[in-house]
Amino acid sequence: MAIADQTMPPRGLLSPDGWLAAIARRSEALVIPLGALLVGLAAFGVFLLSQGKSPVDFYALVYKAGFGTAFSWQNTLSRTAPLLLAALCVALPARLGLVVIGGEGAIVLGGVAAGALAGSLSGLPGALAIPLMALAGAAIGAVWIGTVGALRHYRGVNETIASLLMAYIAIALMNHLVEGPFRDPASLNKPSTAPLAEHMRIGDIPGWNVHWGLVVGIVACILCWILIERTTWGFAARIAGGNVRAAQVQGLPVGRLIVGFTALGGAFAGLAGVFEVAAVHGTANASLAVGYGYTGILIAFLARHNPLAIIPVAVLLAGFEASSGLVQRRMDLPDATILVLQGFVFVAILVSDTLYGRFRMFAPERWGRG
Amino acid sequence: MTMPPFARRRFLQGSAALAGATALGALPSMAAGEMTVGFIYVGPKDDFGYNQAHAEGAAAVKAMAGVTVVEEENVAETIDVQNTMESMINFDGATLLFPTSFGYFDPHVLAVAPKYPDVRFEHAAGLWTEGMPTNVGSYFGYIGLGQYLNGIVAGHMTQTKRLGFVAAKPIPQVLQNINSFLLGARQVDPAITCQVIFTGEWSLAVKEAEATNALADAGCDVITCHVDGPKVVIETAAGRDCFVCGYHANQAPLAPEKYLTGAEWNWPGVYTRMVQTMLDGGTISNFDRGGLAEGYIKMSPLGPAVTDAARNQFDATQAEMMKGGFAAYQGPLMDNNGNQILAEGEVFLETDIALESMDYLVEGVIGSTS
Amino acid sequence: MESDLGLWAIPIAMLGGAIRVSTPFLFVSLGEVLTERSGRINLGLEGTLVFGAMSGYAIAYLSGSAWAGVLAAAFAGSLFGLLHGLICSLPRVNDIAIGIAMMLLGMGLAFFFGKPFIQPVAPDLPSIGFGWWSDIPQLEAALRVNVLFLIGAAAAVALWWMFRSTRVGLVIRVVGDSTDAARAMGLRPAVIRTLATAAGGAFAGVGGAYLSLFYPGSWSEGISSGQGLMAVALVIFARWNPIACFWAAILFGAAGALGPALQSVGVSEGYYLFYAAPYVLTLGVLIATSSPNRAMVGAPGELSITK
Repeated sequence: MAIADQTMPPRGLLSPDGWLAAIARRSEALVIPLGALLVGLAAFGVFLLSQGKSPVDFYALVYKAGFGTAFSWQNTLSRTAPLLLAALCVALPARLGLVVIGGEGAIVLGGVAAGALAGSLSGLPGALAIPLMALAGAAIGAVWIGTVGALRHYRGVNETIASLLMAYIAIALMNHLVEGPFRDPASLNKPSTAPLAEHMRIGDIPGWNVHWGLVVGIVACILCWILIERTTWGFAARIAGGNVRAAQVQGLPVGRLIVGFTALGGAFAGLAGVFEVAAVHGTANASLAVGYGYTGILIAFLARHNPLAIIPVAVLLAGFEASSGLVQRRMDLPDATILVLQGFVFVAILVSDTLYGRFRMFAPERWGRG
Repeated sequence: MTMPPFARRRFLQGSAALAGATALGALPSMAAGEMTVGFIYVGPKDDFGYNQAHAEGAAAVKAMAGVTVVEEENVAETIDVQNTMESMINFDGATLLFPTSFGYFDPHVLAVAPKYPDVRFEHAAGLWTEGMPTNVGSYFGYIGLGQYLNGIVAGHMTQTKRLGFVAAKPIPQVLQNINSFLLGARQVDPAITCQVIFTGEWSLAVKEAEATNALADAGCDVITCHVDGPKVVIETAAGRDCFVCGYHANQAPLAPEKYLTGAEWNWPGVYTRMVQTMLDGGTISNFDRGGLAEGYIKMSPLGPAVTDAARNQFDATQAEMMKGGFAAYQGPLMDNNGNQILAEGEVFLETDIALESMDYLVEGVIGSTS
Repeated sequence: MESDLGLWAIPIAMLGGAIRVSTPFLFVSLGEVLTERSGRINLGLEGTLVFGAMSGYAIAYLSGSAWAGVLAAAFAGSLFGLLHGLICSLPRVNDIAIGIAMMLLGMGLAFFFGKPFIQPVAPDLPSIGFGWWSDIPQLEAALRVNVLFLIGAAAAVALWWMFRSTRVGLVIRVVGDSTDAARAMGLRPAVIRTLATAAGGAFAGVGGAYLSLFYPGSWSEGISSGQGLMAVALVIFARWNPIACFWAAILFGAAGALGPALQSVGVSEGYYLFYAAPYVLTLGVLIATSSPNRAMVGAPGELSITK
């Protein structure tokens, strides 16, 4: 793709406008969201004060329960894995300007696929069977969300609404399958697929109480960042996301890009479902639909659809959720407190979008050639 | 470009630590008792149903001398509950945990219990078997007997000879309640039938209301249910001028005129007994269960509409049950597909383990298990 | 008294279900039409709906008047809409993302403040029996129509008329179709959009009050099963036409009643799939009526999701 090479903007510290300018441009993307995060936390502190609760106690407890001890980190990181993969299902299509909010559907179907196939794969050694199972889960997720992309491009169906509807349909399908055709008759009071054989389970990272999904999620985020920032495909996607017409005039395969990026996002969400089954539950059942897909939307938007930024944002949100219990128990606050906190932070960071380009100190021109 | 996320994470830690530093000495903490007991609920603890019944038990434990109670609501049946259990152990020093939702047991309680051999895990369902960790116990009540008594009153009160049952999912626990309800009613009149509608979810307000209306439309004039929070079913049924029988907790305040009686858990008695055993240094059995006689379940006081005839048979049957070894299931008994369940002279006693893998609806129930 | 209707029970149940279940969909989708016609999307109406359900129930309980609850829900909804509208007036802010954030905030606040109101019993909204002429009890029950349903139907006609024949309607449409044209006419698009979003929020709040004050008629954290989100989908389905919103809501409600109705006549195989019928139906119609080549008929030109 020659066009891409010509128009690819200079990147990295070796850019001709000098390293100071490069730092200025990048710090804007760091300082504004962090500032907004602090504003959101402060605003929530005021909210707590209005309820007669101490914000200092609150944040101290959030820190203690989310990040303060070894157990807190285990608690936080064990919640992070599915969120990383779910967020990618939002962030990748977003590069093309698509808002996909139905990643939950791919998660539950990916999980069901893993649970249903595990039995027939269990004759194989784990090193072969687990990747096959993961592939199947990723494939169904890719088909599910890829369909959303295809409907968008080839039929003009709004992807936000289509993915939402398909998530409801996927959850109904999951319930039907785990209570019907795929049900293990021995799963009496919680209808589930047959439990995975021991060698089909995905275990913990050695020395940690956190399963391998965390590593896979982080690697996936890094790979996606490379895809978007360092390949012509990613660049073409950004062009198409900015202006479909212009991209088509330039001869970019917009349809394939849209289907490809949505399918890839769906594959990651499907993989999240596989890890839930193989690393957490050991079987597929209704507990697959617990809203990771929706938290993923939040994370992707907070990370401004940058796959690398997804990692710390997911850790932060997982830490908030990890602290929910201690906050309930110690401060007598309802469990919804963390939801309100997330709402405050989310609104603050999104509002800060309006600040980009407003501060002269971040303007590369100001720093000239360093 | 891995700098920003890292810097960001470190920054977050730093800022949180700063907030915590001022208050670490004065963090809200637990009032120290001789023993800390944790209760975990899958839904809100004031749902007029399953969770409220357990929360009433927790409230009774809270009133005991030397015991501190910690509670957490809306905890999902995922890694969430594992972390909540560990959090209660690590931060609150809990030594006895009641993770009350059915789906908490496998794999979550089983995954956490081996890590904390000094902590006792008590789970509400008959799931513990030989070979599982010995610091895990399960307890359950024969609440089907309560539905049988519901059925006796319903059988007297119905004019249309048609009862209604709003059920969540076709699992053994629920099927047993449906069957017991009808068998109780058939003690009054063998021509009575019971229509069942499954909503597919443990808690889904609008669907429960629609199911109740569908039952009323089908001519059912006494309605009961097995969902997590019966509030919607009770109110909707009473609004359609149907009599109602309660489940889980006492719902009489929701429909004082129409409420006949209800099958309630009696967790306050069970929990205070268990906690007292622990305080006295004794051990709780790994497999504990009981019915009316053992104080595991109780009936709501009969409502104002209940006739004398109904009251007499209700009282007589209850007295029979109090002797122990009651058999609601007596041969000859067929399922509603014409298969024989019990031959002439055979019975299932209330303690019979066969009841716990029930996968059929008895003759006279309109509905199917799949 | 008892009448066995056989298979006739299904259409009657669907009629009753349509009337009972459709009202929240109707109100939220009308509010969303108003907002989207001004060129802005509010995906956060689910949060507004839930907060409306909570505040409506709470005020109804505290004041003893269900109608005071409805007013409170409308007021709370308009505040959420106003906030959404004001934030979206800022340059470079993504209205879809703000909607998701507001949904989270609305639900969080509703659950936070709603705890004390789960247990109490608040007064219900009244309903009018239109089935007095029939001696079939099922039909009589199905035709027990809540006043809010009638208000919603009237509001649909009123909005349709407003967009067609009034200056206010024209102004909203111009702003929604082209910011530049609106400016040329001396209008202030940001102000008009913000007001339209606030009014849309009020509709969604009332939709929530219907849930908690009439059907199912109690406040709990599970009161909404995504009605607010689905209503946004129904707006596209209805092509931004308020009258079509009414029929879309009715159709969606009727499809939702199909599952329980089929079970009550003995069809219970695969009930989860029947429960998914409304979603499959909506998706099917969307696919059938969309086109990749032309903008959607009736779509406001400035709307971010259809650009």
